[in-house]
Formats: sequence, structure tokens, C-alpha cells
Amino acid sequence: MAMFSQNPVLNGPNYSFAEVPQHAVDGLREHRFNPYTDNGGSTLAIAGADFAIIAGDTRLTAGYSINTRYAPKVFKIGGSTSSQDDANILLSVVGFAADGEALKERLDAVCKMYRYRHGKPMSVSACAKRLSTILYQKRFFPYYVHAILGGLDEDGTGAVYSYDPVGSYEREQCRAGGAAASLIMPFLDNQVNFKNQYIPGSGVGHELQERERVPLPRNEVEVLVKDAFDSAVERHIEVGDGLQMMIITKDGIEERLLPLKKD
Amino acid sequence: MDHRPQAWGRPRDDVYGAYDASYMQTNQPNQHTQSPIVTGTSVLGMKFKDGVVIAADNLASYGSLARFTDVKRLRTFAESSVVGFGGDVSDMQYLDRHLTELAIDEAYTSTTTTPNAQPTLNARNLHKYLSKLLYHRRSKFDPLWNSLLVAGLDEAGAPFLAAADLLGTTFTSPSLATGFGSMLAQPIMRGLVPDEASVAQVTREQAINCVRECMKVLFYRDARSLDSYSLAVVTKDGVELSENEKLENQSWAFADRIKGYGTQTV
Amino acid sequence: MFRNNYDNDSVTFSPQGRIFQVEYAAEAVKQGSVVVGIRNAEELSSYQKKLFAVDEHVGLAIAGLTSDARVLSNFMKQQCLSERLTYDRAMPLETLVSLIGDKAQLNTQHYGKRPYGVGLLVAGVDDSGPHLFEFQPSGLTQEMLACAIGARSQMARTYLEKNLDKFADCGRDELIRHGLRALKETLVQDRELTVENTSVGVVGPKEPGKRPLEAFKVHDGAETKDWINSIADDTETSGDGMQVDE
Repeated sequence: MAMFSQNPVLNGPNYSFAEVPQHAVDGLREHRFNPYTDNGGSTLAIAGADFAIIAGDTRLTAGYSINTRYAPKVFKIGGSTSSQDDANILLSVVGFAADGEALKERLDAVCKMYRYRHGKPMSVSACAKRLSTILYQKRFFPYYVHAILGGLDEDGTGAVYSYDPVGSYEREQCRAGGAAASLIMPFLDNQVNFKNQYIPGSGVGHELQERERVPLPRNEVEVLVKDAFDSAVERHIEVGDGLQMMIITKDGIEERLLPLKKD
Repeated sequence: MDHRPQAWGRPRDDVYGAYDASYMQTNQPNQHTQSPIVTGTSVLGMKFKDGVVIAADNLASYGSLARFTDVKRLRTFAESSVVGFGGDVSDMQYLDRHLTELAIDEAYTSTTTTPNAQPTLNARNLHKYLSKLLYHRRSKFDPLWNSLLVAGLDEAGAPFLAAADLLGTTFTSPSLATGFGSMLAQPIMRGLVPDEASVAQVTREQAINCVRECMKVLFYRDARSLDSYSLAVVTKDGVELSENEKLENQSWAFADRIKGYGTQTV
Repeated sequence: MFRNNYDNDSVTFSPQGRIFQVEYAAEAVKQGSVVVGIRNAEELSSYQKKLFAVDEHVGLAIAGLTSDARVLSNFMKQQCLSERLTYDRAMPLETLVSLIGDKAQLNTQHYGKRPYGVGLLVAGVDDSGPHLFEFQPSGLTQEMLACAIGARSQMARTYLEKNLDKFADCGRDELIRHGLRALKETLVQDRELTVENTSVGVVGPKEPGKRPLEAFKVHDGAETKDWINSIADDTETSGDGMQVDE
């Protein structure tokens, strides 16, 4: 019946007030408090040969309102002090901001206990697995966030791990998350993983040879990140205000703040 | 977006579609439904170079009825911070009692060793605590239906202003407003303090005048507001709270041209 | 025949502060067949670690049962973490110490429990400045300007009392030297402070009187060399040539 379908039919009978059920539907129905909201914003992470970059915009929204123009989404994790000067891991969270904050604090507490017990910082791969279990522990009342973890692996190579809200995770070369993920990710596929790039004149059809993938140098990645966000700001209302970029290398973590359009 | 407290925490129409009112056609009470009953409207806050100004009107509404016209929605904490409450008034009163208890506990445990010491909770500590409380309650599906502003100074003595709502969402900004104020007052206040850097240029008088002006705009356009309000200024010297401010120099000239205001001649 | 009255249960200390059941249990190890563990490089044995960093602004030193101290240290670490999570601040020292004081006091009052067999010195800096607390198994906690606990600590306390007025105006290095001189007093004949047997835990502001805190750090090994050398040949150590029999 058309009246029960999501989309009303264009020709024929549509929803009629006369047909509104006059009695309660069988079974209990609850109109419950909704514990989630979407605070917008977008994040992006790219791993290089000897560095990893995680970036996020700093806008925090509620519907069409901008709550604040500066709410960081990228955090240092696992330092020995609250100032995180000697942190070795980066975490970005986007989605429901309160869950993101709670998740960040939980993971940081885990890293601090690890340091206390073992006298050394947690490795990125260990932290990545731990984050997955933390998310899965709340499988039936999830942290509503898209988390991305970054750092350097045991060989000093840049590492990026991305997660879904219930803890599925994978190590990747690059990942975009949040409101403008669908705008940024195809751009990254093309510019980082060289998707749909072929060597000119190498053949026709299946004979075409793909351009060889090489890790990008840091300065190019930084420009790429800025371009990605400038484009996202143009087309997505929940993205803008400021760009926070954290770059982790063997020398530590560097933070850069760049302006984005505020409109 | 709908900014009435009744709409907070509800599924957004633009995301989930309009609420199906046919479910309301029941003879039994809807048991697990929760919503605010007696509500307070906007709270405004703004930083200036030496501290923070915060204001809220003295009205508690029962739906569209202006039910209680002398309800104070700003409360001081430890003579060094102010919390402004929007949303459900009974939840506000619960939090108020809770904060009184916390302040007493703090006063007991903090100052015994060094007489001039100040290890009491500052505005940042207080905001963190309240946001944890709100987040914890939302995680139990038993939210405190409020949206708070916390004003004061941080551990370094710099102005501190932050918000927390019934979901546990937190954020800070040079100026903040809850409820209707986020649409009507926030753009005006952002004109004076667009970013953190500009806070250092704003004097106490400028900030107070701007907030008073915003309270007036809200009284003009927010049907659940009142012309009697509370205003507090927090600096390193403490809190100056005035709970019986009146809106001055109102001009209803604009109302002539708007249908629905005053007596209509046409 | 000699009969030991203090080995019937593991909740009674002997007058010497020993728990015989625990020591007998260690004998059980000798009933097992032999196993060998071996490793190369670096020394196998070292002095027992006695300083713990609890949080960035608190550390502690122990005298007594290390395993009991670890329980208390873990508890304090958890409390400090949760204080940072709920209030975003460093746990005030007095609050922290009274928590372990209450915990230890309960053990003195309940059937079937035994007191913690360890004394602590808890040092830290909070919003109200630097603090030093002494903790005893009875649950007693006391704020001190300077303190020493453990074997032969009376000698150190004597030194500290003598020099008490100087500490307030001391710089960091000078204060450490006072600490080491006090420690030196407690040594038995022919023993010296060396980089192997000495650790120094320090916490304080990066710059005098300012805020960013330099996190509690345990210095041991080569890091303590300069301090130890600087007090190696001063003569004022034994005060006025005071002689105390051991």
C-alpha cells in the first residue's frame, strides 16, 4: 500500500488524515530520548614513509548552528603527562562529540596505565587493537564516532588505522572520516593511491598499466590535506572555520593551525 | 533547527523525518517518555579581558505559560565561578543542590594545610565535572534536561567560558548562548568577540552592554522570555551577581509594522 | 623447645614486623625441582627499586614490604587518573594521602585483615604548592617539612632537624644534596652512596614559582653521579662530629 511506503506515490491516492489510525497500534511503543546527535566536522589521515598526518576541521555544529569555531578533533594520546609533550600516538574522532571526548579520555587512560605498568609507551599497533576492543565493548550502545589512529610503527613507517563505530578496523595508507568523508575520500583515492591513473601510451583497455604507487613526501601531503579541506568547506556546511593538522615524525609531534572559510 | 528546550535531544526532523503523530492517539499514558516540564530559556555568556559576563532571565515557563517570574537561573560556585542553567527547572534545582554539596565537601578537604592556598575547584574543573555528570546520565538514558554555561577563571587566571548540554556535549568559545540565544544573541556577541584574540581588547563595560543588548533582543523575539533578568560578572576579584536587572530603553516602534504585536488596526 | 607464636596465620605480624607464613611459603619453593634461568649482558642483581612515580605531580618512596607498597601505589595511580578524568585537575596531595590513610586504618579494625607492612613518604606538588607526607601502616598520615623512614632513619632525621631552617630557601640541587647527606648518615660503617645504590625522585616547577610542572622523575644510575660526587668529600655530614652507636 502506498500510504505505508516511505515515498508517497505521485499519482493515485496519497496520505489522508481520514485514514489515520484511531486506536493505538498493538504492542508497546516508546518515544524515547535520543542519546545521540551529529556534531558535524571532518577528519583526514595520510601515512607517509617516515611520518603520518592526521587533520581535522575545528567547527562544531548542532543542526544549522555553529556551536564553536574552535573545537579540536585531533588529540595526542599516550604521553606521560597531561600536557602530552612526549605522546607517540594521534587519535582523531568525528561524529558525536561527547562520545568522541569520552573515547579519547578512555584510550588515553589506558595508555597511561600501560606506561605505569610497563615503564614504556604503548606501541601504535597495540594501541590500535586496544581501541578496537574499547569500541566493541560498547557494541550495543556504541560510541557514535569515526575514529582514526595514527603514529609510527616499529620500523618508523607512518601508520594509519581507521575504525567504524563498533570497532572494525584496518591499517590503511589514507582515510577520510566524518561529514565530508564522501567528498574527500575519492580525491584521496586518486591522489594518494593513484587510482585511475595510468601510464600514458602503455596500452589500450586492460593492457593499460597503472601508475606505480609511491609514498608521498611530507610537503606534498600537507598541501593535499589543505586542498582536500578547502574543497570540502566549499560543498559541506558542517565543515569549516579552522584546519588542525598534526604531523608525527621520529622527532615528535608537530601541530599546525590553518584558517578555513568561516561561512 | 528548533531551539525550544522541548526539542532538545529529540530526533531531528531533517534527519529522521517528522514525528508520526498517530502514535500519540492512545488512551494509555506514554510511560517512558521524558521531556522537560517547567523550563528556562536562553543563557548568555561572553568573555572580556579580565573575566566573563553571564546572564539569564528570571522566568520559568510551563509550556507557553509564563509560570514563575522570579526564578534565579544563575548560581555561584565557591565564590569564583557561575553556572547558568537553561532547560528543565527541576533538574536545575537538583544540580543546584548537588553543587552545594560538592562545594561543602571541597571546602572541607581543601584549605586545611595552607591557609592562603586555593586548591578549590576552578571553573574548568567545575565544567568538566558537570559535563561528566550530564554525559553519565544521558548514558543511563535518564538525562538531566539542561544546557549549561560555566563562567569563571581557569587555573592560569584567564577567563573561562564553556557549555555543556543534556547529551554531555561540551565546547568553549569567546561568547556562548544556549537555546534561542544561539540564534538571536550569538551573532551579535560574535560581532564583538569573533575569536579568542579579540577578547583581550574588550572591556568589562563593552561586554556588559553587549550582553544587555542581547537580552533585549531576546525579549523582543523569544516568546518564552522576560524583561527581568540576572547578570553576573566574574573576575579575579570574585563574582558580582545581580539578580534583579530590568531591561531598559526598550523600543517597540518596530512592532507597528508587524502583524501580531500589540493592537492591530488593519 | 622454642615455639614461634606468630606463625599461625598470615594476618599477624611478629614483633619484628615479619609475617612468618609468607616466609614459610617461600620455603615451598625449595621443595620443587631445580630450574635455571639465565641471561647475558647487564647485571642480574640490583638494589630494590624504592621510588615510584604515581602521577605526574606525585611520587612516593617506600620502606617495608614492596608488594604492599605496590598495592598502595596502584591504588593511588587509579585515584589520580580518575581525579583528572572527573575534574581535569591534579589530585590534591592531602586528599590523596587521606585516602590511603583511611584504607590502611580499616585494616587495623577488621577481623581477618592485616595492616599494610610498609611506610611511605609521599611527595608532590599541587595547586597549593609542594607537599611531603609521611604514611604509616597504622593509617597515620602527617604532613612534614622533611622526613626519613626505614632502617637507621633516626640518623637522617637528626640531620634533617639540624638543617630544617635552610630548606625553605634552597634551590633544587642544594635540596637534593641535603637529602643525600641525610641519607649518608644512615649508612653502616664502610658503606658509601654510589650510583648503584642511590636513586633520587624529584618533582617541582620547571622555573621557580611558575606553573608548568616538571613531572615526577626518578633519577638513578649515572643521573645521580654529579649529586653524589658533590657531597662525597664534604665534611659537614656528620654534623658536629656527633657519634651515635648503631
